[in-house]
Amino acid sequence: MDAGIRRLVDISETPVAMRMRAELILERAGWAAQVFQRYDRATTQSIADAAARAAHARARDYAERVVRETGFGVVEHKVQKNELSSLPFVDYYRDWNFVDPRVDPETGLLEIPRPAGVVFALVPSTNPIATVYFKVLSALLTRNAVVISPHPAAHETCVDATRTLADAAVAAGAPEGAVQVLEEVSLPLVNEFMRSEKTDVILATGGTPMVRAAYASSNPAIGVGPGNAPVYVDASADLRAAAARIVDSKSFDNSVLCTNESVLITLESVAKALERELVRAGAHICDEGQTEALRRYLFHERGFNVEALGRDAAWIAAQAGFKVSPKTRILVTPIRLIGVGEDLSREKLCPVLGLFVARSHAQALMQARGLLRYAGAGHSAAVHSTDEQAIIDFAAAVEVYRVVVNAPCSQGAAGFGTGLAPTFTVGTGFFGRSSVGENVGPQHLVNWTRIAWPEDAGRRTEGGGVPRLRHRGPLPRAPSDGVPGEGREAVAPAPRPGSGPGGLSREALREQIREIVAAELRDLLKDGG
Amino acid sequence: MSEAKLEFLEASKTWWNPNKTEFWQDAGVDLVIDRREGYCLYDMDGRRLIDVHLNGGTYNLGHRNPELIEVLNAGAQRFDMGNHHFPALARTALAEALAECTPPGLQYTIYGAGGAEAVELAIKSARHATKRRKIVSIVKAYHGHSGLSVKTGDERFSRTFLSEDLLGEFVQVPFNRLDAMEDALKPGDAAAVIMETIPATYGFPMPQEGYLPEIKRLCERHGALYIADEVQTGLMRTGEMWGISRYGVEPDIMVIGKGITGGMYPISCCVTSPQAGAWLKEDGFAHMSTAGGAELGCIVALKVLEITQRPEVRSMVRYISDYLRSGLDEIQSLYSDFFVGIRQHGVVMGLEFDHPEGAKPVMRRLYENGVWAIFSTLDPRVLQFKPGILMTQSLCEDLLRRVEAAIGLARGDVRGGGGRRGRAG
Repeated sequence: MDAGIRRLVDISETPVAMRMRAELILERAGWAAQVFQRYDRATTQSIADAAARAAHARARDYAERVVRETGFGVVEHKVQKNELSSLPFVDYYRDWNFVDPRVDPETGLLEIPRPAGVVFALVPSTNPIATVYFKVLSALLTRNAVVISPHPAAHETCVDATRTLADAAVAAGAPEGAVQVLEEVSLPLVNEFMRSEKTDVILATGGTPMVRAAYASSNPAIGVGPGNAPVYVDASADLRAAAARIVDSKSFDNSVLCTNESVLITLESVAKALERELVRAGAHICDEGQTEALRRYLFHERGFNVEALGRDAAWIAAQAGFKVSPKTRILVTPIRLIGVGEDLSREKLCPVLGLFVARSHAQALMQARGLLRYAGAGHSAAVHSTDEQAIIDFAAAVEVYRVVVNAPCSQGAAGFGTGLAPTFTVGTGFFGRSSVGENVGPQHLVNWTRIAWPEDAGRRTEGGGVPRLRHRGPLPRAPSDGVPGEGREAVAPAPRPGSGPGGLSREALREQIREIVAAELRDLLKDGG
Repeated sequence: MSEAKLEFLEASKTWWNPNKTEFWQDAGVDLVIDRREGYCLYDMDGRRLIDVHLNGGTYNLGHRNPELIEVLNAGAQRFDMGNHHFPALARTALAEALAECTPPGLQYTIYGAGGAEAVELAIKSARHATKRRKIVSIVKAYHGHSGLSVKTGDERFSRTFLSEDLLGEFVQVPFNRLDAMEDALKPGDAAAVIMETIPATYGFPMPQEGYLPEIKRLCERHGALYIADEVQTGLMRTGEMWGISRYGVEPDIMVIGKGITGGMYPISCCVTSPQAGAWLKEDGFAHMSTAGGAELGCIVALKVLEITQRPEVRSMVRYISDYLRSGLDEIQSLYSDFFVGIRQHGVVMGLEFDHPEGAKPVMRRLYENGVWAIFSTLDPRVLQFKPGILMTQSLCEDLLRRVEAAIGLARGDVRGGGGRRGRAG
């Protein structure tokens, strides 16, 4: 075709074409979502299981590929994250039921699950595959359709991973188009998706501008703010264990989880001993010069230097201009100030940990609180202590919605190995300008219709038997008359008129219903008169 | 009805078409289409109608599809209709794109301004290629209103203008009757068989299994060409790009119109095999058409082909067909003594009513309920039900809700009983 004509017809960069591109994908998703809502629980679960198996099988492959594509992170750790976000994730929710009606034991209300519909899901570059897994599986568990919008830096692998899950889901019976992925991403295109009335909810994980754009879109959004977790080690802590956990956590996938520890706060009485234990666990304690070099390297006028994102400690030290042993797992930078004036008290998605020594328990709490007021509100914090009162005092002081105790914060706050829900979307709640303060999961993609009777009508209990929803399953295939094997004789026969449920003819059933309605109407009129 | 509309209808009778204007008022359809958007029309008095007539698939991608508007505007910055004598950038680009997406064996595109002209081109090409005159079509066929095309169809449209075939060059055989088709082709004097893949104006009776492929075989045996009229069945309406491919037929000539430019700038196309289009190599000036393949239309058509072939569209068509069928099956079970049949291939659908003119009251009741669908002129028992291929789930649900109500009311009109649901069985 003539190049000039091709250019003329290719309007793909125009706002109109962007809008229509978004609309088409969302409309297809809308169809899939509506059909998905006809599915019963067993089918839904088997679809999620099938997708999780496919995800698990490719966990390593995608970990390797995404590290190559983005240039950061640690393959082994990504394998772990990917695996945890597939089979164990679906297992975690196996006993939840997002499909059948339930009775609320507190109120006696009967509740029917209503999936959101079309979920538009943003995926960051830091935990791309795990987030794809987490969001797709959350959508499948709740019979929602999902459109994945990958970060450009991890685009290729995310597209492939989403397709793998989509294919597995469709092969297991999911409606076609229930899982889709943007094959090309651009800011204006993503904005069209976020703004469209055909998006039912935005699941935004990513940088602050993206999350704020999601909230500004006028659509319902579950967006999360950045992290900046303080970790407090008090005098009662097992210092060796605490140091080991902190180094494990801070070096995990080179600190790209937003739940990673940002600044370690401890007390003068144990600071020296803790430093020794940190070194023993693989940390390098920076001197003043090195700290200053890191400060300059990691923070530019526009913020965190993304070049350092997810890089290992030795690489970062080299970039900052000093050498450490290649075995060094994290760099610890002592700081004397927290908040405005100390860049190293900002979020650092790399294995660099601030270290602040407080003079008292009260000061430690104040500084931890101050750190989160500066950045990371609503997100995560960790404490290493054996003093339960100190733990609760700390948790009440800091403005976050999850505090992990004696555990690595990266993994623990994201729900791995703690009782928290496993997630790659950490709700930062009201503190963090978000609509959800929990670890986001499938439960946030469903609303419930509550059926209420007059209080004197007697309470319903689960034992009393909950009526079933009529799950009709996938749409029957329409015939293509005259096409061999696809004509009306070949496809499932249409419902035969005259035969209804329970042996009653449809007409008889209708007659019965009409009678009931008429009787109710008569009663109403009588009462009214 | 507003004063403005009354006044307008008078003007329409005075200046445009008195009988047609009157017909619609008598039929209870006082529609004057004003604004249009997506799959909805708005009457000049403001009422919204869901359009499942779509002018036979012209608005397959919706009324005023924004991408088509965009591309038409861009095209207008550089092109107009063009000069039909010269090699032309946009015409050639579209012809190449059509050769890529039409069934194997088709190569050249000859352009017209409307479907009838493309049918003329198909017939003329076939006659030239075979040196025969006879054209076989089906009884109640409809391929347009121009000189040759009108002769392929029912005399209802030719007799008025004293234009019916008197020379026996146009033979019609009953649909789905292979013996009759064979009898027509056996003498070996037929230039071509022209078939709408699913005859629209006849109410979409569906070809029986094997019918169309067998016609193609008979054509080959008896030296006739197969002309596939894909004006209403092309462009994904059957779930594939061309309806004829679903029946496994590779035609010698294919006629494309209506939806090819989404109703934005009319052109039509006659796509031929090198043999069927032999005159293009011998005497390219033998047919001319100033507006044929107007280049702005070609630009729009290129976009139509691109949109239509997006993978998402394929699953949309499947969802729309399956969902509407499942809803129509339910409606049928409610009114089974009146609503007696559903003919369907993709979004090409005919709803059959047990009354000689049953589709007319249904059309009227649909209109009252905010839906525009038209009866089949050549079989008014059947309502043409032609949803677009990009309809959303919510619009389809809205449509079914209105269709259920309208069919119930129409059943009452025909059977009496004020629209109460009939006994099933």
